[in-house]
Amino acid sequence: MSTELIRLTAAELAAKIHSREVSSVEVTRAHLDRITQVDPAVHAFLHVAAEPALAAAAEVDAALAGGKAPASPLAGVPLALKDVFATSDMPTTCGSKILEGWRPPYDATVTARLRRAGVVILGKTNMDEFAMGSSTEHSAYGPTHNPWDTTRIPGGSGGGSAASLAAFEAPLAIGTDTGGSIRQPAAVTGTVGVKPTYGGVSRYGLVACASSLDQGGPCARTVLDAALLHEVIAGHDPLDSTSIDSPVPAVVEAARRGAGGDLRGLRVGVVSELGGEGYQPQVEASYRAALSTLESLGAELVTVSCPHFRYALAAYYLILPSEVSSNLARFDAMRYGLRVMPAPDASAEEVMAATREAGFGDEVKRRIMLGTYALSSGYYDAYYGKAQQVRTLIARDFTAAFGQVDVLVSPTAPTTAFPIGEKVDDPLAMYLNDLCTIPANMAGNAAMSVPSGLAESDGLPVGLQIMAPALGEAVMYRVAAAFEAARNAADGGPLIQRVNGLEATV
Amino acid sequence: MAPGRHPLSGADLDLSFAARDAAMIIAAMDVIAVPVPFLTRREMPESTHDPAGGIISRAEVEHLARLARLAVTDEELDRFATQLDVILASVAQVGEVAAADIEPTSHAVPLTNVFRPDEIRPGLTQEQALSGAPASELGRFQVPRILGEEA
Repeated sequence: MSTELIRLTAAELAAKIHSREVSSVEVTRAHLDRITQVDPAVHAFLHVAAEPALAAAAEVDAALAGGKAPASPLAGVPLALKDVFATSDMPTTCGSKILEGWRPPYDATVTARLRRAGVVILGKTNMDEFAMGSSTEHSAYGPTHNPWDTTRIPGGSGGGSAASLAAFEAPLAIGTDTGGSIRQPAAVTGTVGVKPTYGGVSRYGLVACASSLDQGGPCARTVLDAALLHEVIAGHDPLDSTSIDSPVPAVVEAARRGAGGDLRGLRVGVVSELGGEGYQPQVEASYRAALSTLESLGAELVTVSCPHFRYALAAYYLILPSEVSSNLARFDAMRYGLRVMPAPDASAEEVMAATREAGFGDEVKRRIMLGTYALSSGYYDAYYGKAQQVRTLIARDFTAAFGQVDVLVSPTAPTTAFPIGEKVDDPLAMYLNDLCTIPANMAGNAAMSVPSGLAESDGLPVGLQIMAPALGEAVMYRVAAAFEAARNAADGGPLIQRVNGLEATV
Repeated sequence: MAPGRHPLSGADLDLSFAARDAAMIIAAMDVIAVPVPFLTRREMPESTHDPAGGIISRAEVEHLARLARLAVTDEELDRFATQLDVILASVAQVGEVAAADIEPTSHAVPLTNVFRPDEIRPGLTQEQALSGAPASELGRFQVPRILGEEA
């Protein structure tokens, strides 16, 4: 029974829980058992909150037994929360030693909304330190392993969230996407990941990486599940001044409509700059097959050029480190977090320097120094100022493209999951993983990844990226759901059911 | 200032993390002045630049580490200097873009004058604000000495 429960989608679990066919406690226990069983091999979780999760599940069951309507369409369904969201009853470490064991005195807005919706938080997931990385190898607590092949990376920074889905440890997860940290892990784990429009999901209580790029979003195994979660966490929050004060796009309705599979009248833009040299041939092959599928659903394919996308990566790695160098100044060993005393009578400045040296990992240090450099007077105009201008040009490319088409598509990542250790000491090679995902962060529009198939050579998942205008989530989910339905029909079922990297463990 | 008005424009200010930290800062206000190394525009020493090397020299990286309050080791300096040089050489391609008349985008979604009602709501208690402190005494953050030996 419990092994069947963990294979169900969030929508299916919710239906069973709300009809009292199974209890939320049973569902939660099944997932906790699964975590006990497979997480030693996956390491998706940094903290498992078994008791609070069962208590939250029991509350949902009690409310339903008392005749109350479910608090939300996902009430009683378990979820894995990225360890970058503040949780008052669980540690929040951001994958960093500097916050080891830190318990925030408040909940993030996303955390609070999940609780209010009756979603059961199973625990906190592993991530690259302060969300800086594309492989989860930069976690201070050790890497997460890809459930498709545990010798490979699960993507990053939200590798823990994506791996928890692919390992059937949770049916839902939350990620954050600053340069692709939701979408790239989704692509390499055969799951669905959505970066909402910047400002669509509150950043209050989301520990900042780069404030003008960070965006929380839903992760799931199906497009509909992602949409259901999207509607739970999205919406205006007065505690986040960059939060968008307008209605949440009707993404659940769009996903349901899309599953019908009719994309006639829709124009899909194929970005000519995202593909070709530097892309794994099997990724390209899966992408070409996805384009044919979209065409077979009635969509009209249009080749679109976004000439400034080629500068997106360079501009991103100036803007992000600059914001990081400022945001991470708060870790000063004074108010919370680690404090290292290099000598009993050390000065505050010496304590800060020793603490930050001991508490931050290499990638964080690199980016702090890079940002400090880019913001230095004399270099500011050449680097940071220029990068901000590039950002404007990328936004203009998107505007021009969306004048011709409804959505844009590309591969989500240039390669499938690579072996753990392969790129960890080569920062530039690591940065290239975000080539296709960064433009949407720079412009702030919506984008998502949906599984497109397996690469023939290595049998690993490939993702299709769908990008939509700001607040254009509805059309994006519609296309994703149509594609998912057609792909599953042609393939004889969802891609995720073919994951078998944990067979030796289970 | 009119009631309910924030004195600053919201446009270039990340108010959300300001809001989050406000409670802690307020809690610390009547305690001890906490030195925070705010990293804004900094002077890079011209003299340390090594034109024979790449974009950034080891001495410059050492200076950056000091500015960023990172007590890096000699081994790290060697490694970071090489890596940062490679990264900078790559990101420098933003200079290729002819963008003299292009205005910069600092935020993805331009918003100006974002206010919320100036209403009293509960903040953190003193106990909560101090709950993560590495050291506290008498309800206050306890910090190392702030002045150097020579002061």
